[in-house]
Amino acid sequence: MASAPSAEVLSKLTPVLTKRWLSPEAWKIDVYEQLDGYAALRKAVEYHPDEIIAFMKESGHRGRGGAGFPVGMKWAFIPQNDGKPHYLVVNADEGEPGTCKDLPLMMNDPHSLIEGIIIACYAVRAERAYVYVRGEAVHAARRLRNAVEEARAKGYLGRNVLGRGFDLDVVIHSGAGAYICGEETALLDSLEGFRGQPRLRPPFPATHGLYASPTVINNVGSIASVPHIVLGGADWWKSLGSENAAGTMIYSLSGRVKNPGQYECGMGITLNELLELAGGMADGHNLRFWTPGGSSTPMLTAEHADVPLDFDSIAKAGSILGTTAMMIFSDQDCPVYASYRWIVFYAHESCGKCTPCREGNYWMTRVYRRILSGRGTHEDLDTLLDACDNLLGRSFCGLGDGATSCVTSSLKYFKQDYLDYIEGRRKPLLNAADLVGAH
Amino acid sequence: MAYSEELREQARQIMARYPEGRQRSALLPMLHLVQSHDGYVTPEGIALCAEMIGITKAQVAAVSTFYTMYKREPTGDFLVSVCTNTMCDVMGGQRVYDTLKEYLGVDHDETTADGKITLEHAECLAACDYAPVMTVNYEFYDRVTPDSALGTVEALQKGERPAPTRGARLCTLKEMSRQLAGWSEDRAEALADNSLGDATLAGARMAADNGVTAPQIDPATPLVKKENS
Repeated sequence: MASAPSAEVLSKLTPVLTKRWLSPEAWKIDVYEQLDGYAALRKAVEYHPDEIIAFMKESGHRGRGGAGFPVGMKWAFIPQNDGKPHYLVVNADEGEPGTCKDLPLMMNDPHSLIEGIIIACYAVRAERAYVYVRGEAVHAARRLRNAVEEARAKGYLGRNVLGRGFDLDVVIHSGAGAYICGEETALLDSLEGFRGQPRLRPPFPATHGLYASPTVINNVGSIASVPHIVLGGADWWKSLGSENAAGTMIYSLSGRVKNPGQYECGMGITLNELLELAGGMADGHNLRFWTPGGSSTPMLTAEHADVPLDFDSIAKAGSILGTTAMMIFSDQDCPVYASYRWIVFYAHESCGKCTPCREGNYWMTRVYRRILSGRGTHEDLDTLLDACDNLLGRSFCGLGDGATSCVTSSLKYFKQDYLDYIEGRRKPLLNAADLVGAH
Repeated sequence: MAYSEELREQARQIMARYPEGRQRSALLPMLHLVQSHDGYVTPEGIALCAEMIGITKAQVAAVSTFYTMYKREPTGDFLVSVCTNTMCDVMGGQRVYDTLKEYLGVDHDETTADGKITLEHAECLAACDYAPVMTVNYEFYDRVTPDSALGTVEALQKGERPAPTRGARLCTLKEMSRQLAGWSEDRAEALADNSLGDATLAGARMAADNGVTAPQIDPATPLVKKENS
């Protein structure tokens, strides 16, 4: 399995967002400028903001935060000439288990995000942008704060940007440790100084977002792609991906592979091809289950390793492209235990607002503990599915939906593993002594 | 705890980052600020935030208790966090945590008697390509083993500051909280400290080594197609 990747698979690598990472000082503005930095901004301001929005629609660029919503369309939803301030909020609260692409981007190429922010704000006519960066991401925040200061000193930010008559202020706002704040409306509540709990929609953030004003919320990758798209053009960006999935994606491989890491490829590459790039599975490991886009996306199996990794193909295979975080597990890993550990996570991170999510995850944790300690019953499997049925679609935000993914998908593909614990064929993984109060 | 006029001035600077009338947005950074002074969120810190923003102490406490980075007990100079979410757990993170727990004699969210080290198990730290990971004051120690983690913690106990794999040279947790409150890094060398690793560069380096590039761009490509051109 360790053989070098074939020329055909190698040619699928498409370094665009990751290319500057090879220049270790690209986080400094003078180095960034030597590497095409801020050229896209100078190009963009030659056009009317409405033309930039139309161009982004034309490019087919879709959001990189998980939902894949068309970026240009989101920008177009912002009502213009409404007399209200507009805001851009960048969701840099990376924390979906398996996802690790935004932190390296912000650490190593922070100006690409800042430049994307300036272009986006010019287009939607926002004078303030906030980057809500995950609290724990301290080195990323450090580099971002420095990038903002450098950009301000060069006239890219502040009053009268590039002499074009628009003002822009960017604030790097560190969070404080809450996965739920990656959900866009919870993020807004957190940014307004409240507990990070999701809001009921409608109204949507495009009209009633930050401070009840029109707000664009985009993921780091969505915005950092913008300067590249502006420089290369819509047709170039479309040529890098597949139908309905323009551009490149940073695929993050973790787990039982020889060379885990970030592999940027055009949309539509397959897991098998990515594994070839990553040197194959780790020695002694055979692929058993994997997630295409983080823990909130239903797990898939070795059978799905040739499905193109784009929004529509993965949806057809019964999962979600999500954040293209490929967590790869082998025949030495237990899908029941993996699901249990994820449910512990969702129970911990549920904000508590919606009863199905708060209670459902709490009880599923206990059912999993019982199964994994060898005391499970066949009815427990029905209880899990019943809990998922009550969770899915019955909470304000996607956290509750996401929690059901690993439970229902592992029961679909690996029911025998559950039965092996319940019927005593497999040694319990958890100690019954840990089950105090767990029934 | 009495707060100096300097700290109050810093709080006012934080509030000025947000639009007029929206000063409540300053609450999260201000909680980081009081934590940079006290080492945790004290009743006095809550009172200061409430007074300056003009909300009740109950409203502040409701927020501070929601977020895991706000600590409710005194913390050590160094917060050691071990990821035990699924991927890190499977790759050995739980063993790392258990080893440190036994060695330090403290469990989750507890601080050693000498006040030096606070231990916690963390949820996903967004570095799965380096699993299992540990952080000290949120700087990354990648692909840790029980032995390497123990070595790092022992060094901290001896007063050393072992360099992280990715992230800046260590400062204390209080100093880090000041950055979290929104202040720039004032150590130029820390800003330049390493942010790269083999996994970060895996794809980019492979492409470069094999002469693979994205299709060339023409920066002069117009953004708007002119009719009939």
